[in-house]
Amino acid sequence: MSAVALGSGVAPRASWLRRLSSQEVLLALAIVILAIVVGAINPRFLLARNLSDIFLGNAYVAVAAIGMSMVIISGNIDISVGALIGVLATISGTMAVAGYPIALSWFVPIVVGVAVMALQGAVVAYLRIPAIVVTLGMLSILKGGLISVTGGRWISDLPDSFHLSNIELFGILPMPVLIMIGATILAAIWMRNFAPGRAIYATGGNSEAARLCGISPRATIVMVFALHGFFTGIAAILFATELRVIQSTVPPNLELTIITAAVVGGVSILGGVGTVVGSTFAAILIAEIASALVFVSISPYWIRAVQGGLILLTVVADILRRRRRVAGDSR
Amino acid sequence: MSAVSGAASPPLLEVRDLEKTFPGVRALYDVSFSVARGEVHALLGENGAGKSTLIKIVSGVFPPNRGRILIDGVERKFNLPEDARRAGVATIYQELLLFPELTVAENIFMGHAPRRLGGRLDWRAMRERAEALLASLEIHDLAPDRIVGSLSVGNRQRVEILRALSHDARLLIMDEPTAALTEPDVVRLFKIVRLLKARGVGIIYISHRMDEIFMLGDRVTVLRDGAYVGTRNVAETNAGELVQMMVGRTIESLFPKVEAPIGAPVLEVSDLVRRPTTRGVSLTVRAGEIVGLAGLVGSGRSELAQTIFGVTPADSGEIRIGGEAVVVRSPGQARDLGIAYVPEDRGTQGLVRPMSVLHNFSLAALGSLARFGFIDRAAERLLAVDGVQRFSVRTSSLEQVAGRLSGGNQQKIVLGKWLANHPRLLILDEPTRGIDVGAKAEIHRLMCDLARQGVAILLISSELPEVLGMSDRILVMREGRFVAEFTRAEAKPEAVGAAMMGGDGATIEAAA
Repeated sequence: MSAVALGSGVAPRASWLRRLSSQEVLLALAIVILAIVVGAINPRFLLARNLSDIFLGNAYVAVAAIGMSMVIISGNIDISVGALIGVLATISGTMAVAGYPIALSWFVPIVVGVAVMALQGAVVAYLRIPAIVVTLGMLSILKGGLISVTGGRWISDLPDSFHLSNIELFGILPMPVLIMIGATILAAIWMRNFAPGRAIYATGGNSEAARLCGISPRATIVMVFALHGFFTGIAAILFATELRVIQSTVPPNLELTIITAAVVGGVSILGGVGTVVGSTFAAILIAEIASALVFVSISPYWIRAVQGGLILLTVVADILRRRRRVAGDSR
Repeated sequence: MSAVSGAASPPLLEVRDLEKTFPGVRALYDVSFSVARGEVHALLGENGAGKSTLIKIVSGVFPPNRGRILIDGVERKFNLPEDARRAGVATIYQELLLFPELTVAENIFMGHAPRRLGGRLDWRAMRERAEALLASLEIHDLAPDRIVGSLSVGNRQRVEILRALSHDARLLIMDEPTAALTEPDVVRLFKIVRLLKARGVGIIYISHRMDEIFMLGDRVTVLRDGAYVGTRNVAETNAGELVQMMVGRTIESLFPKVEAPIGAPVLEVSDLVRRPTTRGVSLTVRAGEIVGLAGLVGSGRSELAQTIFGVTPADSGEIRIGGEAVVVRSPGQARDLGIAYVPEDRGTQGLVRPMSVLHNFSLAALGSLARFGFIDRAAERLLAVDGVQRFSVRTSSLEQVAGRLSGGNQQKIVLGKWLANHPRLLILDEPTRGIDVGAKAEIHRLMCDLARQGVAILLISSELPEVLGMSDRILVMREGRFVAEFTRAEAKPEAVGAAMMGGDGATIEAAA
């Protein structure tokens, strides 16, 4: 439109402010401040034993949230993740009890996880069925199948060497926490510095533009789901090896907790925006809040409400940010 | 201003001195015109001339910043579409706003269905009234209980018109009503328009097709760049004068085209077919040459570009790049052959809005920036810094979210993204739509620079002055074929415009 221009420049905005307001920094601050506040009320909260429990018991949520973040950034969603973790943990435990090599009982669930998720990704990408429908179907299949096959029995008598948390680096850093940190860092580098990682953001941000740039949105979606399956496999092993027994059920609404971690971590539910560092921080924060409720004598049932509040807060903040973005654009 | 009928009574609609500004753009100013009862008043102008803004004001989508709207000589304020509808104004948009799952009758009476005592819907009355409406327009092949989703575009449009009439509309605004219609449907539409006219309904008729204006219109008002240019009685004007009014500025002073040496052919296309939009097209673009593709929206220009770029691969025909026959099946392949395509619609096809300026700049060049997938971030940053400087993109930082920049700056990023690949052939689809004059001039200067560096450029634009001003050669496309070719020296707006619109009634004589 060739109309009269009244100025089209963009007001400069200090970039340090932008950096400081980023989700990761806010979450890190929240984690520290919460620890200080709750520690002041009840010093036992800060005991190494409790902090270690928080990390050990929730590392699998953080790892699963990495894959979930990638899926949501690509413009999709997965609600089968909780059920798949249950299935993969059962496979892992069953193999370990049956006497297969421990390494194999860790490896097979990862392969199965990749296969199941890649299949779902292919259905989403090539049959163009919305991810929420595909993964809802898979959720039911996995949940129903698991209960039917195991009959709800728990797996016990797991060999000692099966438990990852028995392995500690330098005598202080247990393996699950190390895996959580390592997976986060590797995934962050993948998303930031590798062309396929960039393709995930482009596909979620504008798949048509991505396609015109020579990126294949379909291949990207299959890749994202396969990666998500890889992290889901690892999460399942962390979950399986955490306790002495493996229940045939995962915590209720596990998939929602994982999605919450991704969203609170700054991943836009509309796709195209977010980081895996944010989702790991958010997973830690959510676990910390759950533990803190106990230490300040609030019913732990409030954790669901707190999670819900966090989601709403983050999503509203995200929408407001986007609105400002649109308002700043003249057309 | 002379009304067609009834000089004594006030006109059905009169607007005076309308003005509308959006942030950064004056979309409409000093526009006055009137519509009499039973008049078909055509509204003519290029894309962006302000037609849409004008009809949105008259139909109450948004209020004007200044100016008055009078219905039957009484001033009205339209703050909501509902206000306009109560005053008897109805608008048929290009995208029809119907409920596909509901029946014809339900759609017609949506929101004001006849009710029985106690509030229940009176289905029988609804059906009867729908039948009466259908009969009043002499439509006998459309049952009131058909599901709208199963109807043809022409029939859906008839439902829209009936819906307007069910509200006792006295002024009907039709925005390019024939754009998506088949020939027989166009004939039927014209019949309906004449029936409405005979009933005293005033019609504002927007169309790019000259012949339609001459067949249907009583008067025609021309807008250009948001301003009122003039009103003519259709009987006393001709296509040449109207095109002159639409284009009307001195082309040379706007875009200083720099001559570039023209070299060997870069793109040679022969007999390219991609049904139904590209129907046997041949063209050559040489190094340093800018070839303009003129044509109306829907003539197949963008579709041709997308076929060359591999978005919609060709059914048959040959494409040669640098003399070598190639098969382009995907945009990735086209990119690797040195083709760049800056798409028509930045928002949906060009820019990844939530991404940073930095990452948008490098998106099409990741292949050459990455080794084993690992992106050389220093090189990436260099590329973006270079792009920002070269295109004078006004951004606070490279980390700025691209979607927050102004339209012109967004377009420069989309352009820069592709130039990072050093293409041999650059296809620009509406490169300056929706951007301000300054940014426009910068993009034109850039095109000249690239041509001088030996890049072959295929320019698609709906703005005639842009095509005439920038191109070495102009090809006119209509209905999927080239219908005329002009050299820079021969290309006059009237001649090109006439070729675009298909002369004076030559194409739809069947309708007469």
